Amino acid sequence: MAILEAENITKAYAHHLALDDVSIAVPKGSIFGLLGPNGAGKTSLIRIINQITAPDNGKIKFGGKFLKPEHVEKIGYLPEERGLYKKMKVGEQALYLARLKGMKKDEATKKLKDWFIRFEIQNWWNKKVEELSKGMAQKVQFITTVLHEPKFLILDEPFSGFDPINANLIKEELLRLRKKGTTIMLSTHNMGSVEEICDHMALINDSKVVLQGKVKDVKNQFKEGVYDLVFEGDMLSFTNSLWVNFELVSHQKTEENFTSARIRLLDKATVNDLLQAVIPVSKIHSLNEVIPSMNDIFIKVVQKNEGLDE
Amino acid sequence: MSKISLIIEREYISRVKKKSFIIMTFLGPLLIGGLLSLGVYLGMSDSSNYDVLVVDLTPEIAQDSTSQATTMFANQLKPTSQISFDYTTRGLTNAEFDSTSYNLMLVLREDIITFPEAEMVFRKLPSMKARSYIKSQVEGVIEDNKLLLESIPKEKFDEINTDLKIITVDAEDGTASFKQEQAFIGFGFAVLIYFFIFLYGVQVMRGVMEEKSNRIVEVIISSVKPFQLMMGKIVGVALVGLTQFLLWVTLSSVLFSLATSFLAPELSNAATMAEQVQVTDEIAQEMSKDVMEEAAIGEMAELILFRVNWPLMIGMFIFYFLGGYLLYASLFAAVGSAVDNDTDTQQFMMPITIPLVFGFIVSEFALTNPEGGAVFWFSQIPLTSPIVMMVRVAMGFDAGSIWQLILSMVLLIGGFIFCVWLAGKIYRVGILMYGKKVNYKELAKWLRY
Repeated sequence: MAILEAENITKAYAHHLALDDVSIAVPKGSIFGLLGPNGAGKTSLIRIINQITAPDNGKIKFGGKFLKPEHVEKIGYLPEERGLYKKMKVGEQALYLARLKGMKKDEATKKLKDWFIRFEIQNWWNKKVEELSKGMAQKVQFITTVLHEPKFLILDEPFSGFDPINANLIKEELLRLRKKGTTIMLSTHNMGSVEEICDHMALINDSKVVLQGKVKDVKNQFKEGVYDLVFEGDMLSFTNSLWVNFELVSHQKTEENFTSARIRLLDKATVNDLLQAVIPVSKIHSLNEVIPSMNDIFIKVVQKNEGLDE
Repeated sequence: MSKISLIIEREYISRVKKKSFIIMTFLGPLLIGGLLSLGVYLGMSDSSNYDVLVVDLTPEIAQDSTSQATTMFANQLKPTSQISFDYTTRGLTNAEFDSTSYNLMLVLREDIITFPEAEMVFRKLPSMKARSYIKSQVEGVIEDNKLLLESIPKEKFDEINTDLKIITVDAEDGTASFKQEQAFIGFGFAVLIYFFIFLYGVQVMRGVMEEKSNRIVEVIISSVKPFQLMMGKIVGVALVGLTQFLLWVTLSSVLFSLATSFLAPELSNAATMAEQVQVTDEIAQEMSKDVMEEAAIGEMAELILFRVNWPLMIGMFIFYFLGGYLLYASLFAAVGSAVDNDTDTQQFMMPITIPLVFGFIVSEFALTNPEGGAVFWFSQIPLTSPIVMMVRVAMGFDAGSIWQLILSMVLLIGGFIFCVWLAGKIYRVGILMYGKKVNYKELAKWLRY
């Protein structure tokens, strides 16, 4: 079941269309990657979900109901451009933001203390934000985003600007939150993190959704019947054996006597056909299907779209 | 607690707790009180002593055959506790004067009766009070001599000498009018509104810019509506201003009364005497001329104070102050949201500050010509009415002109609703817009987003 459904969202600014008939569905309990190049419309969509701006057309449903102002209390949002009041004390500020999300003061204080202990930052409570380093401030920002235990968490480019240690800490926290039932939406163009933690994704390019689904399915969809084969044997007779039905994309010597070849299956050829062809001329060491990385898919889709535009 | 009150609370507390607020709160009345007391002090007591060397060049003339011939001014000028006169008939050069211990030299020319001109050589410029005293003394002597020449008795001259008092009477109610004087009271309120709008309007602008450049604004508007954030800030800052204003009024008046009773006890004495004058005529006649004048001033002040409709005045002050502040603060907020840094504010500040300054100038006009056309029009236009109308309210309205006040109030309400709406539109877009050079065309576009 989807916790969030955006249906046919259109949003235009004075001179350009930011979102063009965008529909996405975020399954409950998933970590959803919202991908796309800069300026594709990701932040516009996120702002609409957060009710910061309104769509020109289309509907948003949250938990099956149309999005209402009360829903902000169930959503946590860490924007890409994030900051804190410099002159305010860390504890005060976190409390203020929590209360704006509808939390009671006592409850917020208690939960905040727990988080401060978990992140080992208890002694920051009375520090002013301007005394914190960037990394420290990011921790505080993350805590203020999740403090009110939102059902749905939206993080816009969460890993940009984080050092690897903090990025890892956040990753672990996200996985822990998902276990507790939180649905998480990540907007990013860091494909590595998508592959690592996302299970669903949507790719927005040029204001439109061009790809959507389970990360596994999308990857399968982009498989091209290419295999990496590692063997021992004579390269010339190996090449000759691939004369029909196969294409040798590339090859290289790996260890002594071993060669790794990337082979594409042509027409209706199967893996069995390939094995039958090469077994007589070589000693096979391993055979793996090449699964495209999200990075490859991203570049491929975005470039294809640009090609269509021209 | 609703979200907007949370915002108001934060805006209020964070500002009131600032060191600069606390310092200004205590320094402000010290400055105001200090300046007022200094003024009183300087006005009341000119502590310097003047030893005046009177160089009397007029010819020696005997009044009659029995008396000795003397110059015109010989021992004629009345000394006071601070001004003493010594006389000489020999002209001194300035250098010679410099070597004496006198600090003033008054040179009275030979033909002063026909050409009433005298030269005052000073080492230190004498106070206004000292100069006018010396002037009146010399005038008196000249007048006496002229009377003698024309054989007019002094009593006759005093009788002829006329000091006309004009009492302005309003045709409608037939009583003496003090509109001019009342206008001054209104001007005082106008100045207050002007400064308040400026000081705290700019604070709103800075607050908005701070949120924008800190990049916290997007986090907050994911919890509350941009309009709530803007209004929360405007109201919060208004409360800060009100707090500071009330503290200033209280502290200043305490300081002022302390200072006056300490520095110038004679002022309060004079005031009490003036009160007694009104009670008993017999005592009044025994009073010195100075005290009589004090009494007259007191009486007039009282009359003016009674003339001003204070409940209306205070009520309208609060109304126009709130209306004007809301109007301008929302515009300041819009400016703050549209720009990325301080330097960019200049071009947008201009159109806001011009009407504000203009209102202030018109209200100054209103002092000299309270019922002029400009005063009427600018007391209707919402951008200037909060300032200009104060002067008119102090002068009062009658049945025939009360519609002007009502119209102005309605226009101000309409004006601030419009400005808040306009500002809300710009604010909503502006706070999320970074790194874009904004101009008026761009702003107009935002209104349609």
